[in-house]
Amino acid sequence: MDLIRLPLRFVFDRAERLLALFFPPAWNPLLNLGALGFFFYWVITVSGIYVYIFFDTGVTQAYDSVEYMTYDQWYAAGVMRSLHRYASDGLIVVMLAHIIREFALDRYRGVRWFSWITGVPILVMVYAAGITGYWLVWDSLAQYVAIVTTEWFDRLPIFGEPIARNFLSPDALDSRFFTLMVFIHIAVPLIALILLWVHLQRVSKPRINPPRGLAVGAMLSMLVLSLVYPAISQGPADLAKVPGTLGLDWFYLPLYPLLENWPGPVTWGGGLALLVCFCAVPWLPPMRKRSVAKVDLPNCNGCTRCFNDCPYNAISMRVRSDGLPFEREAVVDPSLCVACGICVGACPTATPFRRASELVAGIDLPDTPVADLREDVMKSCADFAGNNRILVFGCDHGVSVSGLDEKNVRAVPLRCIGQLPPAFIDYVLSKKLADGVVLAGCSDNGCHARFGTRWTDARIARERDPQLRARVPRERLRVLWAGSGGRRRLDQLLKRFGEELAAMPAGGTSIHKAGDRENVREPADA
Amino acid sequence: MPSALQYAGQFLVYTAIAALIGYFASFPRYEQFPEGQAQIKLSFAHGAARTQKCRRLTSQEIAKLPANERRPNTCERARVDIHVQLIVDDHTILDEKLKPTGLAGDGPARTYRKFIVSPGAHVITARLRDSRDTSGYDYETRREVTLAAGQNLAIDFKADAGDFSFR
Ligand code: HEM
Ligand code: SF4
Ligand code: SF4
Repeated sequence: MDLIRLPLRFVFDRAERLLALFFPPAWNPLLNLGALGFFFYWVITVSGIYVYIFFDTGVTQAYDSVEYMTYDQWYAAGVMRSLHRYASDGLIVVMLAHIIREFALDRYRGVRWFSWITGVPILVMVYAAGITGYWLVWDSLAQYVAIVTTEWFDRLPIFGEPIARNFLSPDALDSRFFTLMVFIHIAVPLIALILLWVHLQRVSKPRINPPRGLAVGAMLSMLVLSLVYPAISQGPADLAKVPGTLGLDWFYLPLYPLLENWPGPVTWGGGLALLVCFCAVPWLPPMRKRSVAKVDLPNCNGCTRCFNDCPYNAISMRVRSDGLPFEREAVVDPSLCVACGICVGACPTATPFRRASELVAGIDLPDTPVADLREDVMKSCADFAGNNRILVFGCDHGVSVSGLDEKNVRAVPLRCIGQLPPAFIDYVLSKKLADGVVLAGCSDNGCHARFGTRWTDARIARERDPQLRARVPRERLRVLWAGSGGRRRLDQLLKRFGEELAAMPAGGTSIHKAGDRENVREPADA
Repeated sequence: MPSALQYAGQFLVYTAIAALIGYFASFPRYEQFPEGQAQIKLSFAHGAARTQKCRRLTSQEIAKLPANERRPNTCERARVDIHVQLIVDDHTILDEKLKPTGLAGDGPARTYRKFIVSPGAHVITARLRDSRDTSGYDYETRREVTLAAGQNLAIDFKADAGDFSFR
């Protein structure tokens, strides 16, 4: 699987950085694919309701009513029709990209199987909705779709009389069948919406609305496309004729030529096998189970920070069970925890200033506890000399920090940059273990564990607990959200930062002031 | 806020995506049926004769049956195959035995076949045998038709109408 995943990951990385040239991180379309999916869903819903007002649901009148919208009322219903079509195509584009991206970033295995599996019926339903949508126009494309679909179903030995016989000749045409399609076309998207809600059950604070800048751009581009190149029908359906050449919508109907021409056992067997494989992807192979976060009650004061920061809804706050004078305690649900460590970075007790014997955090990852992290820091900074010593904390999913061999640079790897309690930065600088600290993580807004970079930014900016203490000299801290392809930027940053540090007066005296969030940030690649 | 140059870049990205969507929403064209040809579609569902005639049960046989299932006749449920032929201008384009459906072979036989023919005048004969006979045809319809390019001629069979219908 890595053979497929890694090249894909490379492509997404590149594309993301290319788009970052034009889009601010918050607007980057590749970082908002799920949200764009929702956005298109709503555009489809609103335009669909509008179009339905003018749509005649009788099979003989449907075509004329669509023609009326397209030509007589091109400026309103016509535009809505085009939007309805193109937003549906856009939905396919972003949905497929979303699936491939989650796959490429390895965010579909382990406890994330749930999001993947609940995505599968959504995928099927989006296609079912699109296909029935093309049916409703009752033009020659609809006729083709109707005949190929029913012939395909007839290859299953479950129907009495072949249902394709409904389209044998004009007098066989039955309005009831058409009404069924209207019903499916409306019901399926509604069910899909419910499933989307389920799809998001295991991610906390899901991003379902694209940022305004991106929404405006996506909307305008669909609107302009609708005006410049309106959706039109392809001549009325006529069962006494065979449509020869058709304009297929390749987003929804790419398999139709195969369904039409390949034998039933191949299309049904192959299709089913593909679907099963697709469902099984999260276990091909299964993710190595990591030890999930564990709460150490004597060290938990029930502050809810871990609960607020967990990106996967894995923590709940329960009534205190151990008699300590706190109201609540944190409880981890192991079946939801992805072992990102963000909760550890949030816990006030995970501070390296505590004495060695006491460094047990309220919540911790048993296989990489904060005590080990402090140990790592101490080891990395031992026999570290000079006035430009840099300690890099690097997240496993961001820039690789292995093999940083400048003699003034040492690196400590982390599960996620959000795993680092901000007190560690204070610790390193105030104990003069190094002269500067660099945090390297996933690309801005593209954190593998969803909130690692975001919470880290907010902790440094003192907007979110645990805040980085004000006394920490921000000029000795740099943050680089560059993703796994950002090694060149990291090297440049280290070089520049090393020079700056060497030129700085010893010790840090500056006090945190507003705007420091920007000052510590590396600017985007230009 | 993005710079003017960045907005220009965004504009290009949106234009490219919109163009891609607009194009693939109906291009490249797909020739699903050869231009200039016509089609004959033969389809019907029809129950053929039973493999054996119904016969009267003997009184012993009736006595053996459970009380609530006693009846004077017994009928074989299975049906014979239907032999169907379609002949266009002396070319037999279909000559097939259709098996009955159903686990017990007691359901109607079904067919749904499509043939591509050149347009123009044709003599078309459709015939089938649905009886226990082993030769000859129980139904036969012969028509002269002129097919236009792109026309779909549907041939159906309804036993009640006693004939094939050409539409
Ligand atoms: C219309 C279709 C879909 C929409 C609108 C949608 C939307 C979303 C959203 C909003 C998220 C949360 C992203 C975040 O806030 O970090 C998400 C996560 C996810 N989606 Fe979808 N989704 C769709 C279809 C699918 C399909 C078909 C699959 C795969 C079969 C899929 C797989 C996933 C996975 C694996 C995650 C979890 C990512 C993580 O754990 O970080 N989605 N989806
Ligand atoms: S390790 Fe990550 S997913 Fe698990 S409880 Fe902590 S924050 Fe949540
Ligand atoms: S952050 Fe630490 S102290 Fe606070 S509730 Fe979670 S485990 Fe307990």
